[in-house]
Amino acid sequence: MASTDAAAVRADVAIIGAGLSGSCIARQLSAYELDIVLLDKECDVSMGVSRANSGIVHGGFHHNLKYLKSRLEIRGNLMYDRLQRELDFPFKRCGILVAALNDEEMKYIDHLYTQGVENGAIGIEMCSRERMFELEPKLNPDCVGGLHAPGGGVLEPYRFVFSVVESAQKNGVEVVTNFEVVHAERAGERYRIHAADGRQVEARYVVNAAGLFADRVSEIFGAEEFQIIPRKGEYFLLDRATEAAPQRVLFPVPTKVSKGMLVIPTVEGTVLIGPTAQEIEDKEDVSTNADQLNLILDQARKMVPKVSQTDVITAFSGLRPALADGDFYIDISAKAPNFIQVAGIQSPGLTAAPAIGEYVKDLVKKAGCSLVEKADWDPYVSKLPRIRDLGPYEADNLVNANPAYGNVVCRCEEISEAEIVEAIRRGHTTLDGIKYFTRAGMGRCQGGFCSYKIIKLLIRETGMSYKDIQKCGAGSELLRDAL
Amino acid sequence: MHCEGREGMKELQYDVLVIGAGAAGLAAALEVSRNNASCALVERESHLGGILIQCIHNGFGLEEYKEELTGPEFAERQVQAVRAADVDIFTDTTVTQLNAENDRKEAYCYSAVYGVLRISVRAVILAMGCRERNRGNIRTPGTRPAGVYTAGLAQRLVNIEGYIPGQDVVIVGSGDIGLIMARRMTWVGAKVHAVIEIQPYPSGLTRNIVQCLNDFDIPLYLSHVVSRIEGKQRVEKVQVSPLTNGIPDEENSFEIPCDTLLLSVGLIPENELSKEAGMEINPQTNGALVDATMMTSIDGVFSCGNVLHVHDLADWVAEEARRAGAYAVRYLRNERPKRQIRIKAGANVRYINPAMFDPDNPDKLYFRSLIVKNQAKLQIKLDHKPVKEVRLSHVQPSEMLHVKLKPKDVAGWNIMKDSVLEVSIE
Repeated sequence: MASTDAAAVRADVAIIGAGLSGSCIARQLSAYELDIVLLDKECDVSMGVSRANSGIVHGGFHHNLKYLKSRLEIRGNLMYDRLQRELDFPFKRCGILVAALNDEEMKYIDHLYTQGVENGAIGIEMCSRERMFELEPKLNPDCVGGLHAPGGGVLEPYRFVFSVVESAQKNGVEVVTNFEVVHAERAGERYRIHAADGRQVEARYVVNAAGLFADRVSEIFGAEEFQIIPRKGEYFLLDRATEAAPQRVLFPVPTKVSKGMLVIPTVEGTVLIGPTAQEIEDKEDVSTNADQLNLILDQARKMVPKVSQTDVITAFSGLRPALADGDFYIDISAKAPNFIQVAGIQSPGLTAAPAIGEYVKDLVKKAGCSLVEKADWDPYVSKLPRIRDLGPYEADNLVNANPAYGNVVCRCEEISEAEIVEAIRRGHTTLDGIKYFTRAGMGRCQGGFCSYKIIKLLIRETGMSYKDIQKCGAGSELLRDAL
Repeated sequence: MHCEGREGMKELQYDVLVIGAGAAGLAAALEVSRNNASCALVERESHLGGILIQCIHNGFGLEEYKEELTGPEFAERQVQAVRAADVDIFTDTTVTQLNAENDRKEAYCYSAVYGVLRISVRAVILAMGCRERNRGNIRTPGTRPAGVYTAGLAQRLVNIEGYIPGQDVVIVGSGDIGLIMARRMTWVGAKVHAVIEIQPYPSGLTRNIVQCLNDFDIPLYLSHVVSRIEGKQRVEKVQVSPLTNGIPDEENSFEIPCDTLLLSVGLIPENELSKEAGMEINPQTNGALVDATMMTSIDGVFSCGNVLHVHDLADWVAEEARRAGAYAVRYLRNERPKRQIRIKAGANVRYINPAMFDPDNPDKLYFRSLIVKNQAKLQIKLDHKPVKEVRLSHVQPSEMLHVKLKPKDVAGWNIMKDSVLEVSIE
């Protein structure tokens, strides 16, 4: 993302963490006459928790309404159609199925249905075995029945964050990346926030949306003590050509600790299987492990027997920032003035994110910040054409206007040079940044064919040296030397 | 040839479209043109010759040109011949869609140079080559840092772009590209610490084991795997485990510090376009199921080279592609085999290509062994009765074999409509 040099930024509101929560909060607040700065410690936005999760807009039946996360999930789900129209990100309400494999599990389906009805989940239905196979012929033949929540859907979380941040930037929000908050102090009515590299930002109100590091940020600001427990989820991504692709997101009956191992038809046509759920210590440990990966294949096959290890194109893991009580913690700090906590945003954080934006906007107002609506707030971002979405005749018009759309750089995901150049111009100047923005390198060859082409485009567009080309941030340089 | 299509899209008509201009596509296009059919050759890269141009080592051309050439030299000979022939060449052009079910086939091609083209033909020759298997395909656990490359990408970076991806290298897989890159990385000043091979035998050609590893004292660990990749931003080390009964033995694992991991773990024919066009795939090869004329399950669509099955030698790719070109032209003339019988892979044979046999026009058969053996015997049976035997001094899975049946071999055969030819190794 295009980032501001923060040497002398003074803002009304500083938001720490440019993931799903932070970006939705920033965009919501950008509708008001405020100077807002969105800080992130990584080289690009959405590179923490929001980079690797299941990408599901949940159906509103997994949690009881007594939880804040459940109320925000219901509200957030309803906000997505409008957001899609405004923000041009791929999103599909494909629906969700929960499959019971025996009568015992079917009893739990009863409970989920009742909970869903109480939560007001739209269109939710109990399904016989016959109805389940009508909705999903690829299910395990042992399925005895289940639940259908047509309001559930899929999106790519990072792609959504990019769109939200772009909209926020368009409405005046400043984004500062590589800004790792290490210290903060009160300076009159403001906080002075220090980054690891010495840069400073001043702000009257601070929102702590630091994901896995929300506990650390809270401590830096002298606010509440709590502990974020990283829970690792590992996934496999399957080739879009797999025969295991279902029509809808498939859930098993959930366990106490997680919603179980899913088979997810992603909005871009690939299939995701996972996640595992393992509490770990290291908040930066996104490694994958042989035993967990085997577990994923076994469990996914219980949903869809056609899942095959030969379809695997990559494995990855993401961390969920959980609090001990399992709920979200979103409130005005009782200890640090004008400091708002947005912590423990684990599942269903993606679904809830737009509602978290609204909720925190109200808290900022409650904390004393005056909110005056902007007359010229523009909720729309410009549409970016992608050749993979177009037929040959539409593509021909696009290529006539800009020949770079005719140069297919990433063959597997069909991404053109023009799309990659646009990503670079918008400030995505690492291989991962370009990959998450455009999908180039996300397909079956995993960058084997296009990496060098993207490196050349980066050098051409930015003038940077080959030595500075990174996968994702300092230390991840790709090329050591030249001949 | 040129004419404007509807809504202004450029439309072109030919007899034959060849997709891909590597060793296979060049040979096929040349053969089509030599037989006086009009031919379009479409290549997504800006150069002709495909992967040959980054293979700057020698060992090419011994059969095709009876002399030892480098990859670029081999490609150059093919390119010169094609340029001199009547072939319309489209570089920087990607075929994104192939509609092949009708008599006239249509390909949509995207290009920054030509715009979107619709090329309409009577026959198509698929020559798209293959892609490298990657880390996800072999499911290596660990972190996901910079410094993990497929060997072919590293070869491209070094030999064409002039960049050195790392200094301390471990190579996974003893396939030919991996071995060649072990030597290449040593020559550019990097230290290659080890080559790790999961099989109990090397997967590359013997000459490459000798010339690329032994000559440089690079250790080869057979029956070992890289069981974990470590390093936050850049690869810092890998864990290597011996295999005991096919399972990584954690207790006897060891670590190798390195900043780069190159993967040479096999190749997969790039048949996505063909699959979308409805072509039937042989699960043994991931390539098309072709009949005795190299025609796929789609009428008028032919396949050759690495997109049909992964070869060891560019010379054999060119030979096979030339036959595909000739068969495509015969198809244009409505010359089809009068009869074909099925060929089956028998004992110790992984696959055999093509999958059909034309008794009236016996031709070359390519196959791979499942076993390692000296003084082996190739046994061909017709309906369970031995009809031909060939001595093979040495067989191993990594070296492709071939046999050419001659009309005199077939002369005395009692061929029925549902006869089956079985090829086995003893």
